[in-house]
Amino acid sequence: MGNFESKLRNFWDIFTNQNGCSYVLTGLKNTVLIAVLGLLIGILVGTLIAVVRVFPKYRRLPRVLNGICSFYVALFRGTPIVVQLLVAYYVLLPLLGVNWPSLNVCILVFGLNSGAYVSEIMRSGIQSVDPGQLEAGRAVGLSYSVAMTRIVVPQAVKNILPTLGNEFITLIKETSVVSFVGAADLYVAFNNIGSNSYEFMVPYLVMALIYIVLVLLISLMIRLMERSLRKSDRRN
Amino acid sequence: MIDVIDLKKSYGELEVLKGINVTIHEGEKVAIIGPSGSGKSTFLRCLNCMEDPTGGSIIFEGEDLADMRVDINLHRRHIGMVFQQFNLFNNKTVLQNIMLAPVHIRNSERKKALRKAAFRKIANVFRKEKLPLPDISVSKKQIIAEEQAHARQLLQRIGLEEKADVYPSTLSGGQKQRIAIIRALAMNPKVMLFDEPTSALDPEMVGEVLDLIKQLADEGMTMVIVTHEMGFAREVATRVLFMDGGVILEEAPPQEFFSHPQNQRTKDFLSKVL
Repeated sequence: MGNFESKLRNFWDIFTNQNGCSYVLTGLKNTVLIAVLGLLIGILVGTLIAVVRVFPKYRRLPRVLNGICSFYVALFRGTPIVVQLLVAYYVLLPLLGVNWPSLNVCILVFGLNSGAYVSEIMRSGIQSVDPGQLEAGRAVGLSYSVAMTRIVVPQAVKNILPTLGNEFITLIKETSVVSFVGAADLYVAFNNIGSNSYEFMVPYLVMALIYIVLVLLISLMIRLMERSLRKSDRRN
Repeated sequence: MIDVIDLKKSYGELEVLKGINVTIHEGEKVAIIGPSGSGKSTFLRCLNCMEDPTGGSIIFEGEDLADMRVDINLHRRHIGMVFQQFNLFNNKTVLQNIMLAPVHIRNSERKKALRKAAFRKIANVFRKEKLPLPDISVSKKQIIAEEQAHARQLLQRIGLEEKADVYPSTLSGGQKQRIAIIRALAMNPKVMLFDEPTSALDPEMVGEVLDLIKQLADEGMTMVIVTHEMGFAREVATRVLFMDGGVILEEAPPQEFFSHPQNQRTKDFLSKVL
């Protein structure tokens, strides 16, 4: 156990005196940034796709859009996120001739990826809302898009909030692969600290703890949000 | 007011409406009765194109609603609809439920007027005869205030002003249905469609809803009511339609209809329900 104590002291020394702290803070910032922005993009893309997929398909345009969306979802759910990152960074960027920082690429890829998952979550949420709600909105003369955004989607979001929280937690954890394209997240930070001292036990342990604390915090936030959204269900 | 000409509706192979011809005049209260599966709800829902007809036409204010090119949203504003399952917006308070559509529609009309005014102002510079600018004096706040006052006034009418800020989940079925009715009224519709308005209610709450509908009828509102309440149909309607198998089998004023039914199917039906 004396061994462990010295390792702990060693880690603390690097953490406080040799820039370890700023590594970790940058890593934490990037991890949270990728996950949060990724989720926002995901919700945006996912909602759009979900609305296209539940749109009545009498005409040709909705059918074509629906086909495109199905393909998109199949593509992003059918390949691992690491592969998507690598393809985006090492194939698409050079092909397009743009020079983006890897962090931006990560945010975009995570956003598009989670969009595919969120769209399925959103679709089930929209379908869980009583069709009478849309009908009543249409009956008072609102257009499909207004009835959808003002009445159906808010209720759908309430129903899927726990699942959406799950998606966020998954995203936070999945960001640990961004070092494949050179973005500096939590894993990279602790890996650096470890390589400085040739000692990985304590850094990786602390890394695990930080991930758990992050996830617990998010769960708490979701629970609070859910409670405030449930206002319309409560009898008072 | 509404001319229905050879209206047909089928779902794939299943033909639900087989050619319906009927004219609904202003101020009339038409009750539609018939066994379940006879197509009466489908017929009612076709009147404001909640179900798109597959044939025939529905002439409302000179325009054919069955024509896909007609902007149905514009016409639906003048056709109030009340559902069997109330369908109040669950994520909105009672007041918001009533205000949502009128406020939204007036706001979008205001936006349109603003755009038009801006365009005219520029165009008028080059015109010899200046065109008048559209009226854009009403602000967003005013629209909301006016509609809120209107909504509260409607709530007062049914004695539920204290429920203005609660969510629908806290209301009884009768209260929900009465609010659904005034939500439709908030648009100042020219005709109201009722799709079995009391079928999902507890027996003790049927009375309050029917009373409200009767009040509206007495004020001269044009109505089309699908109902199973024969007593109500007899009392309120000015004309009763009997439907079965997707066609109108008989139509007559209520006194005549209930005392001397002509068609054999009507006689059978009435002997079972009365």
